Amino acid sequence: MSDSVELLRMEGVRKRFGATVALDGVDLSVSSGEVLALVGENGAGKSTLMKVLSGAHRPDEGRMRLGGQPYRPAHPLDARNAGVSMIYQELSLARHLTVMENIVLGMEPRVGPFIKWAEVRRRALDAMAQLGRSDIRPETPVHQLSIAEQQLVEIGRAIAIGCRVLVLDEPTSSLARNDIERLFQLVQRLRTQGLGIIYISHFLEEVRTLSDRYTVLRDGRSVGTGRTAETTDADIIARMVGRSVEDLYPRSKRTAGEPVLELTHLAGPRKPVDASLTLHRGEVLGIAGLIGAGRTELLRMIFGLDPIRSGNLRIGAHTGPASPSRQWERGLGMVSEDRKAEGLALSLSIADNLTLSSLPAIMNPSAQDATSREWIQKLGIRCREPRQPVGDLSGGNQQKVAIGRLLEHGVDILLLDEPTRGIDVGSKAQIYQLIDELACAGKAVLIVSSYLPELLGVCDRIAVMSRGRLHPARPVSEIDEHQIMMEATATKEAA
Amino acid sequence: MSTTLPATGSTSAKRIDWASLPAKLGPIIGLIFVVVLFAALRPKTFLTPENFQIMLLQTAVVATAALGMTLIIIAGGIDLSIGSNIALCTVVIALLLQRQVPPLIAALGGIAAGSACGLLIGLLITRLNLTPFIVTLGMWGALRGAAKGLASETIVSAPATWLNGLLQSLGPHNRWMLFPPGVWLMVLLTILVALLLRYTRFGRHIFAIGSNEQTARLCGVPLKRTKLLIYTVGLAFAGIAGVLQFSYLTVGDPTTANGMELAIIAAVVIGGASLNGGQGSVLGSLVGALIMTVVANGCTKMNLANWVQEIVTGVIIIAAVVLDRIRHRTES
Repeated sequence: MSDSVELLRMEGVRKRFGATVALDGVDLSVSSGEVLALVGENGAGKSTLMKVLSGAHRPDEGRMRLGGQPYRPAHPLDARNAGVSMIYQELSLARHLTVMENIVLGMEPRVGPFIKWAEVRRRALDAMAQLGRSDIRPETPVHQLSIAEQQLVEIGRAIAIGCRVLVLDEPTSSLARNDIERLFQLVQRLRTQGLGIIYISHFLEEVRTLSDRYTVLRDGRSVGTGRTAETTDADIIARMVGRSVEDLYPRSKRTAGEPVLELTHLAGPRKPVDASLTLHRGEVLGIAGLIGAGRTELLRMIFGLDPIRSGNLRIGAHTGPASPSRQWERGLGMVSEDRKAEGLALSLSIADNLTLSSLPAIMNPSAQDATSREWIQKLGIRCREPRQPVGDLSGGNQQKVAIGRLLEHGVDILLLDEPTRGIDVGSKAQIYQLIDELACAGKAVLIVSSYLPELLGVCDRIAVMSRGRLHPARPVSEIDEHQIMMEATATKEAA
Repeated sequence: MSTTLPATGSTSAKRIDWASLPAKLGPIIGLIFVVVLFAALRPKTFLTPENFQIMLLQTAVVATAALGMTLIIIAGGIDLSIGSNIALCTVVIALLLQRQVPPLIAALGGIAAGSACGLLIGLLITRLNLTPFIVTLGMWGALRGAAKGLASETIVSAPATWLNGLLQSLGPHNRWMLFPPGVWLMVLLTILVALLLRYTRFGRHIFAIGSNEQTARLCGVPLKRTKLLIYTVGLAFAGIAGVLQFSYLTVGDPTTANGMELAIIAAVVIGGASLNGGQGSVLGSLVGALIMTVVANGCTKMNLANWVQEIVTGVIIIAAVVLDRIRHRTES
């Protein structure tokens, strides 16, 4: 970047809602041709900061300058017109409209009441060309595009508005691996075009790959900033959680007991094709693999959510497939990879979510409250009270509720699908410790995760799934990240 | 668990949450408001024991049916055919009475008919995987047709029995009852359903299905069986409402309760239920039904034309939802 000019600067920004201080002095800046990584635990104030930037909230104190001018957006439209665009995790496209209609939405070029369609099309083509994705046709209805392409359309909209500062909030959370790489290339491309990019992420690998500088947010305050190349991951994590995390992955001495779950050549309607494994008491077994390899499907089959086509499933003394309610009775419990769509009933209370699988026919709400308080205490769930809707909580605390349900039920076998996806480092550390404690207490844990350091950190054995085939499990001492990736991406079955 | 986990979970014990109190009592405050309003405007005619009794009588049918509708709406469903169902029930009861069936058995027959329609609706929804809106839109026409067919497209007269007395104003000989038996029935059923929703697994499963069906499935809630039960039990209340409607009409009428489904749904919505499922209360629905009756009655006492009442009722439905939305926003 030859001439890097400071684009956006925030100084001492504060914002409170009633008694809660959401932002307590945030300083950050981003220059043109620069990627600033904004990291912090959930609840650190990132979303409030974004809302202040986008004009949805007005700061109580502090100064913001954009391109040297005072920047005081009163409304999201102000921010867009000033050249600050947000790409949220939840995409905000009109699914039934075409790519070009979405790109010009709200600022359609017109003659009187009539839309200048040729101009619309030209702007869409320009925007997509600037993103290097002219293969996406302007006339395509958005719902026909993949999630990654839809995200691109949203970025295209920001470009078409003339955006100077682009804020990306956890943009890879719903993307597959190769789409993630394409997104990285796009971010690099936009950087060379002179945009200032604020990249919000939980993944330190992404921060390291993409960013020039980083700013850490904790408890609504910026607690550290610097050049990414001059710092270590451990340092960033320590700033995020406010304490050192040398033992993020605690591992007590565990001994595997008798087998509790056995799969023999299990196959589903499509995936998995062939899965055999034995899970023992007191053991943590990880399943690694690419997205779409059939790992989630395997867990769902075991739990009775998806049908089994062939093969054998044995849980303790029981064999054969069963409904989820039967599996709960057999001492099996599952945490879904998708908290919002499946894992939790967000509008119901913490207490209702914790006890949903273990309700007696006639129940006593005050006893339900009391048990819930116990789990809130034990798991460190940050909340006001057990009757609070679970949707109010941060991702990490929601996940603790989802796992707490299994503990409340008293299951012996835990099926955890991406148990730490999209949650803050502090909650992750707590969940890793919990898994270790459960295994020590003789529970069996089967984890699916796309995050390899985590699997290597918590598991006793790891099995790799590739194109629906589950490779034999191996002790973590005999396997490393490189080998796992080789197996996961292998086209032929490994010998 | 180990002690290294930060124990940050709040443990604020029982304490009245004053901020959320008006939200929970919203519909009741609305009811008190309209009662006080009309009492102030028409103290002589509105504020009499007789008028209050009449208003309760007028509410009984809608409120009883609204109990079943509350279960269905909390579970994320809807029943557009409940008015037709009520009409069918009055016809079934009248036909049974014509055949010299004892009144109690005739009433139970009417309730069974309502329940059977619920079972059929439940089967169509769960077996064919159709949305409740479509199934019950179809049943709205089909049940009305069935009622007309059964009644040979005319009013079915029935011999006078004690059933006719369920919703009649009390005379001197039974003043000790305070309210007509049908009103007591409505109160009793409201309490029963409130207990069902709060204290039974079935009740909590209804909320779970309405809030997030996939979560309910993950937690081992038998979706199909529970949905069948919700419609079967829910529309038994349509049958009971049919008994009350018959008592009011004293005949079986295949064209009665036309459009009542909307009044019933409105009562549930005014009472704080969400059409997206997952929230609602029977007490709210009862209050919702009462609000609509009080407004209609009060407008009559004010000599306002029928069309004014209809506009006012419409405004109340929309206002109730807007107020509900505003309180949700202030909460979060």
